[in-house]
Amino acid sequence: MSADRTLDLSYFPGCSMATTAAEANISLMKSAQLLGLNLIELEDWNCCGSSSTQTLCKNLSLGMAARNLSLAPAGRPLVAMCPRCLLYLRHGQMCLKKDPETHRSLEERWGRPIPLDLEIMHFMEVLVRYGLDRLQEKAKRSLNGLRFVPYYGCTGFRPPDLKPEKCYQGEMENILASLGGKAISGAYSNRCCGSFLSATDSEIVTPLVNEIIDSAVAVEAHCLVTACAMCQLNLEIRGTSKVKIPVLHFSEILALALGAEDYEGWFIRHLVDPRPVLQSLALVA
Amino acid sequence: MLSRTEKLAEPAAPYKGIEAGRLNRSLAAEVMAQSGTDINRCYQCGSCANGCPFIKALDYPPNAVLRLLQFGMREEVLGCKTIWVCVGCHTCSSQCPMRIDLAAVMDTLRLMAVEEGVAIGKPNILDFHEEVLRSLERYGRAHKLGIMWRYKVQTRRWFSDMDVGLKMLARRKLDLRPSRVQAVGEIADLFKCYWRESK
Repeated sequence: MSADRTLDLSYFPGCSMATTAAEANISLMKSAQLLGLNLIELEDWNCCGSSSTQTLCKNLSLGMAARNLSLAPAGRPLVAMCPRCLLYLRHGQMCLKKDPETHRSLEERWGRPIPLDLEIMHFMEVLVRYGLDRLQEKAKRSLNGLRFVPYYGCTGFRPPDLKPEKCYQGEMENILASLGGKAISGAYSNRCCGSFLSATDSEIVTPLVNEIIDSAVAVEAHCLVTACAMCQLNLEIRGTSKVKIPVLHFSEILALALGAEDYEGWFIRHLVDPRPVLQSLALVA
Repeated sequence: MLSRTEKLAEPAAPYKGIEAGRLNRSLAAEVMAQSGTDINRCYQCGSCANGCPFIKALDYPPNAVLRLLQFGMREEVLGCKTIWVCVGCHTCSSQCPMRIDLAAVMDTLRLMAVEEGVAIGKPNILDFHEEVLRSLERYGRAHKLGIMWRYKVQTRRWFSDMDVGLKMLARRKLDLRPSRVQAVGEIADLFKCYWRESK
């Protein structure tokens, strides 16, 4: 990545980022803009396939991922922020690599190439390649020792299918620490948030979420920072513990450090208001 | 003391034994072929059960699911709750000392349960997945408010989560109108698939 010009990247928002987690999407676009990264939304993207499609119909799941891949212009990496979307897009590409016949028939069906060498990466990976030193140069606001628990959830880098891929566990800590935050270990950073059970069986999810939140409270964190929009939602809506701490999207904290001023619009969408904590550290007005 | 022990010894339900001579080995072979995972490597160490965040909601721990498969107990394994409660967080798969991808096994078993039309161990979860697919078929993207509404109609769980739903609506986290794909034909074409045709 060269230092001066803006870099074009295809961007796959996914259903959560486009709707329930719009604050994550807006702050991500803001961060990218402040870093000189040009995130170009994949034109007319569809759902990545999601767990439900994976459960009920493998061909449909592959087809949905493949259609997205067919929309990505060649020569620029495809970036996702949602770990599940990332998983299904990569998984789809892997399946097509192993199955040239399906690959060819899908290409013919849509009349578009489906590049098998398309790079598909998480936004965190983009930042790692961007470089921490350059990131620090762009920082406008120190995170002033914000004590955060990095919360990766389950999907980011765990599925065995993706084992040959690079593992970026630990990068959230590196990135936010370089911007003045303080990563706190010892909490349940990789515990599953409950995923869709939050919609179907909340009584299973609530104790799990409480354990995660309580573990962050126990290590005296100011907040949790999530890499996944669905985790963020589950941690906010399913917690019933007395002590509540804010759960922030990674992109919100990043945009804040990069000097974004339109944060009011994101923070009012939270069920646990992050402003008192951030005000106490003089991060927001 | 003695009488208490006697009472405890009374089994809740008669235990159906397994006839060693009548093991159905084809089930395990089928699951191994579909999931690409060698379940015969399991030696019942229980690491998967130890790590599973959902263990309390399972009727069989993951290692028991593998044992049922090895014994060929089709009805028990395809009808159990465990395969539906599993969200595929891969904690078990990443903790297994024999590198058995249990999440892939659960994936395979869910599909088999649907394909074979057995009584589903956790029907509300299947209902939810079907509502998600209907939303994807209609819009190409998930419309969460619509999914939750129809799921509630389907399962008649009207008042559960009213408070959470209202809080989300108040913070505009649930969009009233769906975000949708323009190329409706391409989406309709994708849904000429096993799931739609098996309805």
